[in-house]
Amino acid sequence: MKRKLVLVGNGMAGVRCIEEIVKLDREAFEITIFGSEPHPNYNRILLSTVLQGDTSIEEMTLNSWEWYEQNGIRLFAGETVTDIDHEERVVRTDRGRVVEYDELILATGSNPFILPVPGADLPGVTAFRNIQDCERMIEYAKAYKKAAVIGGGLLGLEAARGLLNLGMDVDVIHIFDYLMERQLDPTASKLLQRELEKQGMNFLLRKETAELFGDGRVEGVRFKDGTEIAADLVVMAVGIRPNVDLARRSGIAVNRGIVVNDYLETSVPHVYAVGECAEHRGVVYGLVAPLYEQGKVLAEAICGRKGKPYEGSVVSTQLKVSGVDVFSAGEFMDVEGTESIKLYDEARSVYKKVVVREGKIVGAVLFGDTKEGRKLLAMIERGDSLEALSLSLFAPASSGGKGSLVAAMADADVVCGCNGVTKGAICQAIAEYGLKTVAEVRDYTNASRSCGGCKGLVAELLEHMLGEEANRYAVKETICGCTDLSREEVLEAIKEKRLMTVKEVMSVLGWKNEEGCSKCRPALNYYLGMLYPGEYEEEAESLFVNERLHANIQADGTYSVVPRMYGGVTTAEQLRNIADVAEKYNVPMIKLTGGQRIDLLGVKKEDLPRIWADLGMPSGYAYAKALRTVKTCVGKQFCRFGTQDSTALGIRMEQTFERLKTPHKVKMAVSACPRNCAESGMKDVGVVGVEGGWEIYVGGNGGTHLRAADLLCTVKTEEEVIEMTGAFLQYYRESAHYLERTSKWVERVGLEHIREVLFDVETRRALLERLHKALAATKDPWREIVENERLQQTLFRDIGDKEPVPAK
Amino acid sequence: MAKVEIGRIDQLPKRLGKRVRVGNHELALFRTGDGRVYAVENRCPHKGGDLSQGIVSGEYVFCPLHDWKICLKDGRAQAPDEGCVKTYRVAVEDGSVYVEL
Ligand SMILES: Cc1cc2nc3c(=O)[nH]c(=O)nc-3n(C[C@H](O)[C@H](O)[C@H](O)COP(=O)(O)OP(=O)(O)OC[C@H]3O[C@@H](n4cnc5c(N)ncnc54)[C@H](O)[C@@H]3O)c2cc1C
Ligand code: SF4
Ligand code: FES
Repeated sequence: MKRKLVLVGNGMAGVRCIEEIVKLDREAFEITIFGSEPHPNYNRILLSTVLQGDTSIEEMTLNSWEWYEQNGIRLFAGETVTDIDHEERVVRTDRGRVVEYDELILATGSNPFILPVPGADLPGVTAFRNIQDCERMIEYAKAYKKAAVIGGGLLGLEAARGLLNLGMDVDVIHIFDYLMERQLDPTASKLLQRELEKQGMNFLLRKETAELFGDGRVEGVRFKDGTEIAADLVVMAVGIRPNVDLARRSGIAVNRGIVVNDYLETSVPHVYAVGECAEHRGVVYGLVAPLYEQGKVLAEAICGRKGKPYEGSVVSTQLKVSGVDVFSAGEFMDVEGTESIKLYDEARSVYKKVVVREGKIVGAVLFGDTKEGRKLLAMIERGDSLEALSLSLFAPASSGGKGSLVAAMADADVVCGCNGVTKGAICQAIAEYGLKTVAEVRDYTNASRSCGGCKGLVAELLEHMLGEEANRYAVKETICGCTDLSREEVLEAIKEKRLMTVKEVMSVLGWKNEEGCSKCRPALNYYLGMLYPGEYEEEAESLFVNERLHANIQADGTYSVVPRMYGGVTTAEQLRNIADVAEKYNVPMIKLTGGQRIDLLGVKKEDLPRIWADLGMPSGYAYAKALRTVKTCVGKQFCRFGTQDSTALGIRMEQTFERLKTPHKVKMAVSACPRNCAESGMKDVGVVGVEGGWEIYVGGNGGTHLRAADLLCTVKTEEEVIEMTGAFLQYYRESAHYLERTSKWVERVGLEHIREVLFDVETRRALLERLHKALAATKDPWREIVENERLQQTLFRDIGDKEPVPAK
Repeated sequence: MAKVEIGRIDQLPKRLGKRVRVGNHELALFRTGDGRVYAVENRCPHKGGDLSQGIVSGEYVFCPLHDWKICLKDGRAQAPDEGCVKTYRVAVEDGSVYVEL
C-alpha cells in the first residue's frame, strides 16, 4: 500500500520537494497538498517582474493544475491547515477536512513583517508577498500617484521600481543610512542609490516610521523626527517572519523558525520542514537556492535514499531591477580578520570586491559588472584560496570579449544558482536534446526557471555551444546590399561627418551601387530627415511613389485619396464636400477605411492636385510612413460605459502628431473604457481610459506581425498621455530601423529598455524637444503642391499624347 | 518605323520617370543620373505596374508595385525575377526628344 504524504504549504520550497520526490519514486506515495492561496504553485520571485510589467500573472505558474492531476496529487488550494495531531497522524483544515498522513512536510513559508505602528491597518497599506498584494498595487497605481515604500532592501527596491513603472512617484523610506545593508557594503550601496535615483526613485534615509495617517484610507507617513510625507499607497517591505504558528500550536519545537536537523527532521517523528519556515543550524533562509537544496535532501531521505546531509548554504543575491547589476555573496563586509581586494572605477560606476579570510575567498560584492558572480560564488562555496582568483576579474569591463566567460567556466560551476544547475548539465542537455533556445534549456534543465538572473549566461552558453550556427544568426544587419554598414554605423557617420544628402552619404561611405537602390534610398531619406528636421530637403527621386505623390498607388496605376478626419469625426458639410468632389472627378469607389476615414479610390494621377484643392482638407497621410489615424470610440459623451472623453483626446493626439514621419506607419487609438471599442490593444500606441486616468499601450499590431500591445504605463491626465506618446514616438523615430514597425522594435529593444528611457525625466524632456522641432518643420503636403505649379508639372503631369508620324 | 518627337529634354527631370502616350503605345521615359535618356514599355512584366513611377538607380528602375528591378537598356527583369519589357530607341537632338517606334 502507498504511504500517505501530506504537504502543508503549496509554495516554492514545498512543491519543489514534491517534484523531487515524484522524480525519485512516482509510486511510493499518495500525495495531498494544502495551500492557503487559491492558486496552483507559482513563482513568487516573479512578482517583482509582474509589478514591473515584464511578466504576466499567467506566466508565473510553475506547476499547472494539470501537473497535479497527471502526478495523481490531490491539491486543496485556498484551504488552510489549522491543526496537526501527531499522535493520530492527521491534519485538520479550516474547511473541516481531516486527512491522515504517514509523513508530513511543513513548508508554510513566511509572513511579511508589518510594522506595529498606528495606521498600519488602513486601506492602502500593503505588504509585498503574494499575487493579491501585487494586484492591489497595480490597482492603486491606476488611481493614485504617490507611493511610499518602507524598507530599502531587496524587496522594497524591486517594489519601488515596479511602482515607478506603473507611473507612480515613489519615495523609499529606509531606517539605515544605506540601502540593502544586508547584502552590500557602503560603497556598493551608494553606487546603487545613485543609479536608482537616476531612475527616478526618491530616498528618505535614516527615517523611522512613527505612524501612518489618513482619513478612511492612508494619506501619508509620519516619522519619529516629526516630519511627514504624503502617500496614497504604502508598501511595507521591512522583512519577513517565518510562519511557524501551526507548528508551534502543534507542539513542534520552534525557535525563530521550525527547528530542523541536517535531514530536515523536526522534533516530532515523521514531521519535516523545508523552506522559509525552517531554521537550520540557527539560520533561516529567504532565497530559493538554499530552499531547493533542502528540498532535494529531504526528498531523498523521505524516499528512503538518505544521501548527503544538508549542511547549510552560501547565499548570493541579485537585484531584479533592470539597468542595475548588483551581486553579493558570502561574507561581504570588511571586518576584523578579513582582507579585501577592490576595484572601484567611479567613472564607469563599476565596483568589485572580493573578501578573503585566512587566504580563502569568503565573499564578494560586484556592482555594475556582475558577469563573474556565479564563478565567484562557486569559489566561495569550494573555499578556494586567493591564488585561484583570476586577475581578469579586475580588468576593465570592456575587455575579455563575450563568450570567454562561459568558455572559462568549469563543468562543475553552477550557472543557475536558484536551481543549482551546472554548466556541465546544461551543455549535456543542449547536446543531447539539440536545444536551441533559452526557453528550451529552461524546460529541460530548470536553469533560469526561477529568478531568471542567469538567462544571459544560458544564452551565452548556447551561443558558445552552437558556435557556427549561432554565428549564422548573428550576421550583421546591413541597410541593404549596397553597403556593408549597419544602420547604426551609417547614422554615426552621417552625424560625425555632417553628411546632408542621400548622394553624399552614398559617395562618402563608399556605396557599392553609385545610386543605391529602392531600399537604401528611402531609408537614407528618412534618416536624414529625422536627423536634420527643417534643414534636410526631401529628395523626391529617393521616395517611394506613395510618398512622392502623397497618395496611394493602386494595382491599376490609379491612386487613392484619404483626407484627414481628426479622431474619425466629420461634419455634414465635409461629407457634402467630399461627395461633390467624388462626383466631379468620377471617383469609381468611395469606401470607409479601417481607420475611420473616407477613401476615394481610382483617382487619376494628374487629377490629384485638383482634387486636393477642391477638397480643401489636409492630407490624411494614408500613404505615408508617418502617423496615420487615431481611431476613437464613442466615449463618455454618448456611451453609457465611457469614463473618459476618448474622442476629444483622440482628436488632440491626431492634431499634435499629425504629419510626423516615422520609420514605418503608425496607428493610434483611444478607447474610453476597458471595453476597448477602438481596439487600442493592437495599435502602435493605444490609450484606454480607466477611472481617473489613462493606460498607454505600445507596440501593438493588427497586421502581418499580429501582436498585442504592452502596457507602457498608466497616467492621470491628457497632458501626460500626450507627453508619453510624444516621447515614445520620438524614441521610435530615433532608434528603429527604417520600415520596422513598433511591434518589432519593441520586441527588439525591449519594453523595459524603452521604459527606462522614457521614464527618465531628463531624457524624456530632450526627446520631446527634438520631437517638437521635427513637428514644427512640417507642412501639409497637399497644400504645398496645390500652391506650387512647378511641383505639379514635374511630379504629376505626363508628357502630352502624340500621334506617331512617319519617319522622314 | 516611325520617329516621333515627344517633347523637350527639360521636361524630363533626372531620375523621375514620365509617362508618354504615343498612339496606342504607353511608354515610360527616363533621364538617368548620368544624363542618358531611355524609353521602355510602361508595363511591368510582373503585373503591369506603372514603371514610370518607380525609383531609378543607374540604369535600372524598381517597379513601384512589387519592387521588381528592370534594366532600362535591355528591358530585362533582374534575377530572381524573369521577364522583359519592350525598349525603344531614343534620340535627343537640339533639346528635342525623339523615340523610334
Ligand atoms: C516579491 C518577492 C521577490 C522575491 N525575489 C526573490 C529572488 O529574486 N530570489 C530568491 O531567491 N528569492 C526571492 N524571493 C523569496 C522567495 O520567493 C522565497 O524564499 C520562497 O518563495 C520561499 O518558499 P517557501 O515555499 O518556503 O514559501 P512560500 O513560497 O511563501 O510558500 C508558502 C505557502 O504556504 C502557504 N501556507 C502557509 N501556511 C499554510 C497553512 N497553514 N495551510 C496551507 N497553506 C499554508 C502560504 O499561503 C504560501 O503559499 C522573493 C520573494 C518575494 C515576495
Ligand atoms: S470603449 Fe467603452 S466608452 Fe468607448 S464606446 Fe466602447 S464601451 Fe463605450
Ligand atoms: S507589377 Fe511590377 S513588380 Fe509587380
